[in-house]
Amino acid sequence: MTTRAARGTEDLLRQLAPQVLGVLVRRYGNFDVSEDAVQEALLAAALQWPDQGIPENPRGWLITVAARRLADELRSEQARRRREERAAARVPADELVAPPPGDERRAAEEDDTLTLLFLSSHPSLSPASQLALTLRAVGGLTTAEIARAFLVPEATIGQRISRAKQSIRASGMPFSLPPETERAARLRVVLHVLYLIFNEGYTASSGSDLQRSELTSEAIRLTREVRRLLPTDGEVAGLLALMLLTDARRAARTRADGGLVPLAEQDRRLWNRSYIEEGVALVTDALARTPLGPYQLQAAIAAVHDEAARAEDTDWPQILALYGLLERVSPSPTVTLNHAVAVAMVHGPRAGLELLRTLDGDDRISSYHRLDAVRAHLLEMAGERAAARASYRSAARRTTSLPERRYLEAQAARLTGGR
Amino acid sequence: MKYVALVYNNPGAFEALSQAERDELMSEADAYLKEFTESGELIGAGSALADPSTGKTVRVRNGLPAVTDGPFAEAKEQLAGYYLLDTESIERATEIVTHDPAARLWAVEVRPIMDTAGAEM
Repeated sequence: MTTRAARGTEDLLRQLAPQVLGVLVRRYGNFDVSEDAVQEALLAAALQWPDQGIPENPRGWLITVAARRLADELRSEQARRRREERAAARVPADELVAPPPGDERRAAEEDDTLTLLFLSSHPSLSPASQLALTLRAVGGLTTAEIARAFLVPEATIGQRISRAKQSIRASGMPFSLPPETERAARLRVVLHVLYLIFNEGYTASSGSDLQRSELTSEAIRLTREVRRLLPTDGEVAGLLALMLLTDARRAARTRADGGLVPLAEQDRRLWNRSYIEEGVALVTDALARTPLGPYQLQAAIAAVHDEAARAEDTDWPQILALYGLLERVSPSPTVTLNHAVAVAMVHGPRAGLELLRTLDGDDRISSYHRLDAVRAHLLEMAGERAAARASYRSAARRTTSLPERRYLEAQAARLTGGR
Repeated sequence: MKYVALVYNNPGAFEALSQAERDELMSEADAYLKEFTESGELIGAGSALADPSTGKTVRVRNGLPAVTDGPFAEAKEQLAGYYLLDTESIERATEIVTHDPAARLWAVEVRPIMDTAGAEM
């Protein structure tokens, strides 16, 4: 029952969250407690603004409320420590509340959002914590919203966030951009976290998991933000393009009953044209101007699919060439798996099956249902119905996704009987 | 990925322990649950189950319900409890479960929970 006022408030809050958090951390130098204070201010605003109207200076309102919460928190922490210290050695406690010097002098053009993204996806945090902290500290989502999206109890998300903040506090990470020498590697982690958030939402079936699919638009919003801050980075553009070109097919990828529709059978009239245009423009520009990277190549492959008016018009030789490049830039069993499909489409199913055989001994993928699913598809193309059916069955047994299992079982059943 | 950890033992196995062993098991189990709840990997509390003899098994055949006393499977080892995990991989889930005292005394089965999300092929 989201009213329009609540929806408008929510969008505004998500946009302001990292700015407000940045101001607080700069002023008080305590990421951990500041982050909690901002979360409380956001919750207060989400309750009050839809009824009382958005204040004239919403950013200032949030900063004031969050700073007040922070001061309360620090004061009670100080009182607690003072009690503990009175019992033990007598140490003056004033330094506990005094803001560390120098933070206000930081170069103004440094963008807090970027710093927060780097901090939230610090490699010392577990992926689950990186996702949760990114969505809360940078995305401005509430713990409850994140919990609903990941289908876990709110307490679990709370644990993941506080665990992440403990690690950050323990490591003494400064609130600043990582040093130049580490920045490229750290940016890859940030992008991977955004990619995981996107994927979590995209694979949700549209009917049953609306909360979860909201992660897709959140990931796109945050990646747009990174692109605004780092407009010359080809991989940032590549990731944004990949998300847009993938999400463009959302309406066509599931049936009303939640069943999955494979790419070749999707109703392409349902694809989101403006996302496709934007994604194609982004990736074309990035490929022309920046060093090649895996997100750009995956986006380019998605673009070739999206530009085909019908499945049979797909430019498979171009896709094959792009997978060849992707195998060189960023080899992985998953890339080989998709590469094998492209090989089959260009050189025939036997050639594709031959490439698949190179994955048989690979522990990273040999028990993965998609290997069986791709093999089944290529065996069917080769006319080996019985073997294809057995592979579809095996894939259906191995997947942990209900809609995938249903799809794979239907494929196997289709091949039962006949020759 | 979400997993359910299913604890199996002989009904009566817990009662067969000495008081000291039972106390140790309980405190170990508390510490185990606390540690992995705090890591954000053990989700929800899970539950211990009452003795299988207290349960009933329901079948409906030709529209007629038939309710029998006791567990579904006539096995020596019965389901004694369960809890949920949300981890990066089944390897991580099984690593966590190696710390469960029930795995030391009996056996814990880790099974993936089917997801309603899926990728089109």
